[in-house]
Amino acid sequence: MEPKRLVIVAVGGQGNLLASSVLGEAALLTGIPLHMSEIHGMAQRGGVVESALVFGDATSTIISDGEADVLVGFEPAETLRALNKCNSRTVVITNLAPLMPFTVNIGQGVYPDLKELQKLIQAKTAKLIAFNAADMAKEAGNVLAVNMVLLGALIQTGVLPLTTENVKEAMKRKTKQQFLDSNLKAFDLGYSAAAAAA
Amino acid sequence: MHKLLTDKAGEQMLLLGNEAIARGAIEAGVAFTSTYPGTPSSEISTSFFQMAQESDLYFEYSTNEKIAMEVAAAAANCGVRSMCVMKHVGVNVAADALMTLAYVGVKGGMVIVSADDPFMFSSQNEQDNRFYAKMSGLPMVEPSSVEEAKDLVTYAFELSEKLNEPVLFRTTTRINHSTGIVTLGKIRKPVIKGDFTKDPLNLVTVPAVARKLHVKLLENYDKALQLAEASEYNLISGRGKWGIICNGVSYNYVNDAIKDLNLADKIKVLRIGFSHPLPPNLIKKFIKNCEKVLVVEEGEPYMEEAVKAMAQEEGLTLEIKGKAKDLFTRLYEYNPGQVRQCIATFFGLDYTPPAAVDVSDVPPVPQRPPTLCAGCSHRATYLEVKKAAEGMETVYPTDIGCYTLGLLPPLSTADFLLCMGSSVGTSGGFSRVTDKKVVAFIGDSTFFHSGIPGLINGVYNNHNFTLVILDNGTTAMTGHQPHPGVDMTKLRLEGYGRVSIEAVVKAIGVKYVTVIKPYKVKKSTEAIKEALNYKGVSVIISEEPCALYAKALKMPQRKPFRVSEKCKDHRECINQMACPAFYIWDEKVNIDPDMCTGCAVCAQICPENAILPVKETA
Ligand code: SF4
Ligand code: SF4
Repeated sequence: MEPKRLVIVAVGGQGNLLASSVLGEAALLTGIPLHMSEIHGMAQRGGVVESALVFGDATSTIISDGEADVLVGFEPAETLRALNKCNSRTVVITNLAPLMPFTVNIGQGVYPDLKELQKLIQAKTAKLIAFNAADMAKEAGNVLAVNMVLLGALIQTGVLPLTTENVKEAMKRKTKQQFLDSNLKAFDLGYSAAAAAA
Repeated sequence: MHKLLTDKAGEQMLLLGNEAIARGAIEAGVAFTSTYPGTPSSEISTSFFQMAQESDLYFEYSTNEKIAMEVAAAAANCGVRSMCVMKHVGVNVAADALMTLAYVGVKGGMVIVSADDPFMFSSQNEQDNRFYAKMSGLPMVEPSSVEEAKDLVTYAFELSEKLNEPVLFRTTTRINHSTGIVTLGKIRKPVIKGDFTKDPLNLVTVPAVARKLHVKLLENYDKALQLAEASEYNLISGRGKWGIICNGVSYNYVNDAIKDLNLADKIKVLRIGFSHPLPPNLIKKFIKNCEKVLVVEEGEPYMEEAVKAMAQEEGLTLEIKGKAKDLFTRLYEYNPGQVRQCIATFFGLDYTPPAAVDVSDVPPVPQRPPTLCAGCSHRATYLEVKKAAEGMETVYPTDIGCYTLGLLPPLSTADFLLCMGSSVGTSGGFSRVTDKKVVAFIGDSTFFHSGIPGLINGVYNNHNFTLVILDNGTTAMTGHQPHPGVDMTKLRLEGYGRVSIEAVVKAIGVKYVTVIKPYKVKKSTEAIKEALNYKGVSVIISEEPCALYAKALKMPQRKPFRVSEKCKDHRECINQMACPAFYIWDEKVNIDPDMCTGCAVCAQICPENAILPVKETA
């Protein structure tokens, strides 16, 4: 199978690693090779977390600049920061709810304008799907389900060789029982949002 | 049951590289494990720590890497399979033991994991520990993938028992922190008890014995050479007139590049998985049939230099390259695109890399550096030391842990750092040759690891500095591992002792010791001032649990604070402390109640007393 390369960027605490592990489990269920790696630069202390997932016939666990087929950003400024991973055929999915970096909070930097940010990404890549995933997570009844909202959108794009069914099964295995319903709902909301954007 | 103890051979599991290594050890029947935590190796030990609580496995967090190696070496000398785990710089600490352990050898298998960190994702240097194999004369193996890592552990144990010496198992961050699908193998039943047979003429390394043992080591080296020549982990794939020799994760990038560039019938690859001693016959045979050879290895030109020397021995003049201006660098980790480009360059292929989007017109994205957590006790201590040292010219030697983040403004309380424990040692030098006030910072775990000899040195040589021991009751940075000062009953674990930092400091003979509670700003600042004015070695122990750990352990939480109308916008709080719970909204300082831990430190420095606890909601 032609390799498909996914980069996920997030801020520590946004549940990026859980999202990767759900995708990993889904790949295992589907029977497609997967190689992935993650770098969490002191994530718990507010740093950035980056995961690379390579599905299909490749053996590398990292993704070079310009080589992502799809980029999922859990936080808009982080999506923009990771734009160097994309090429003109990359599909980009981003949450639009900002988490202010501390440097901005104390007046040492300017947060990028969200409209401008979307325009830039749109102009440079194949497709941008952008929405407020935090609101949808809230709607699903679990503020921590931003990761599952974005997973829903990711699966909707069909870039990855994974079915909704397998991802939901993986969610059952990998996420906490008490959050399963809200997580599944979050997934569906993200899925619909991406479908509406198409 | 711990998932890594699953006794179902053939089952597939998605595992982190570190988990795969721990699982490999379990499959190999490891019985004795030890470590000092260090990223990127930490999850191997976390897995052992957890499994030891529900199986016969012995595991310990040792005080430092040298001790971790010594306890494991003793177990292995009683015939028990043992593993000790550390990050690359940890091997420096253990090197004294390692060099002579190579002479003495082992009876049961012993595997030493060295987790190297190219790019220094979380390290102070990116040294290439393959040279430890060369220097010690011990065999080394290196996996290229998560799947292989698991199986290679068993191989390493068998190798160790064939040669009766420890085997170095080298990984890089991209093995440790990669995840892959692993097929479980059978678990060998561990032998937990061993026996020690007295044999001083082979085990006590006085010069006469050591001279004999060095001969044995060299004989072993020759045996290891034969094993490396025949090892299934030194494998050749593909065919063609061009050759690539590679190791570790580079093998993956090479394989992917060959596919991407359609070079399957032009290039053959020799992947070295048994990397010390390198197999000369295999390599010579491989390069003899090549027009030119590219060596792909992160770090130092360890293989490249060896391959060139072998070519010289054979009188071969083919081009062999690796590290060069237009090819590979000694810096950082490699990536697939870079390897593809270098292969194309070296073999003269027409190749245009995929065009990444042009980001030149993207506005600068504000940095998101890691910072001390909201309510972190280190921030409070730093603030107080700076207040107490007002008007003094200071040098702040620091050490390795979360508190190194004190380097960033506005705290700016880190001036010099070499390695674990260097805060104390360097203080002696700084205070001798400058007239500045030297205030060093060290964490509790680091103090036990290697701070104590430095403090003894300070007392003995009558240096003049203040050491602040930041005692937050855990090894926070690497994921909250316990250390000798921790009350293990709080973790519901029995059978541990406990060492008091204060008692150790006093026993060393430090005349001025004071304990502060850093959340009490005024009292602490005064106590620090006094300690700073003391001539000689003074020690301040700043005691407060790590805020993040306290939350994880569900210790009682304090009420968060808020900024009231009394705020006159001096922004003293932000300018002095920069607690990440602060944010500016509508030109005013606010506190995020979800982040604030209620440490109350900001409230004590606000000149208007404007920061108040959030009122109970009715
Ligand atoms: S983990 Fe603990 S010690 Fe580290 S920054 Fe956070 S509160 Fe401070
Ligand atoms: S009380 Fe102040 S310093 Fe402490 S965590 Fe809250 S905002 Fe930060």
